[in-house]
Amino acid sequence: MTIPTELDRRFRTTAAALGLVDVGFDVVESPVGDLFVAASDRGLASISYDADPERQLERLARIAGPRVLRSPASVDVARRELDEYFAGRRQAFDLSLDLRALPPFTLDVLRELARVPYGETTTYGALAARVGRPRAARAVGTVMNRNRIPIVLPCHRVVGSTGDLTGYAGGLDRKLRLLRLEGAFS
Amino acid sequence: MMQNVAIPPFERFYEEHRSEVFRLLRRRLGAERAEDAYQETFLRALQAYRRLEHGEHLRAWILTIAKNVAVDTLRRARPADDVGEQAVQDGRPAYEELAPLTDGLPPKERAAVVLRYGYDLSYHQIAAALGSSEDAARQAASTGVRRLRRRTSS
Repeated sequence: MTIPTELDRRFRTTAAALGLVDVGFDVVESPVGDLFVAASDRGLASISYDADPERQLERLARIAGPRVLRSPASVDVARRELDEYFAGRRQAFDLSLDLRALPPFTLDVLRELARVPYGETTTYGALAARVGRPRAARAVGTVMNRNRIPIVLPCHRVVGSTGDLTGYAGGLDRKLRLLRLEGAFS
Repeated sequence: MMQNVAIPPFERFYEEHRSEVFRLLRRRLGAERAEDAYQETFLRALQAYRRLEHGEHLRAWILTIAKNVAVDTLRRARPADDVGEQAVQDGRPAYEELAPLTDGLPPKERAAVVLRYGYDLSYHQIAAALGSSEDAARQAASTGVRRLRRRTSS
């Protein structure tokens, strides 16, 4: 028996409003493809270019708890800011982030990454130096590759020391597209 | 020992059982009242979900919650003197294989005994299913067991 759409929607909205959800998610459309976006009561927990929830649920549950529920209201703020960013009307995100369970080095690197300004690029080596580990460029690359919140934590702004794009978990096309949107790459 | 079944992310659990829950509630309450009861059933489940100890027998668990929500709904809608009879009728869990053993126990005791000893659920899970406290669930199971012992020894 099919559940009436309105009833299903009402349950999901109520559950999130009552704070009974560990992490709520939805799929958000964007110019770089559909994004899987998830938020907990601590803040934005995940953005993934693999938008199929089926492949994200277990991972999210490990991070934030088993009460993972699709609820568009949970990601309303993130959706609005992402829309503004892609429309070229927003240069910095004003979102709290759920970075729980990440190791100290990763947190240090992500904190420095968050300071890289819109429209500019930096290198893996420079980021490594800024966290006091100048020889850890490769480890910084690994942190970028595993970044749970791309776009908002702008790993697309990190390039190789010779200026080539190097790599991107979402594919080089997307990296280039984001940098062009920001006017950092013509 | 069998290894504990992992607790699925709630979304997966919800999608797997929502149709059956809705069907059950419609059958017992009619289309209109089933909608509120549906929401209440899954909100109760969410409340208890984080403290589940394993992912076994989740179907039995959610159907028991739904049945109890249906009983509560009917109780609210009926004059007080009808309540007892209705609760017995609707509170009866459909665990046919255990029916001969626990038949005749009051509904809450019967549900508590079956969930505890038939399905090995924790008192926390049972409390959520019955809409009661853990203490009340433990009490219901132990009273039920004592009642059964008296019956089998007499």
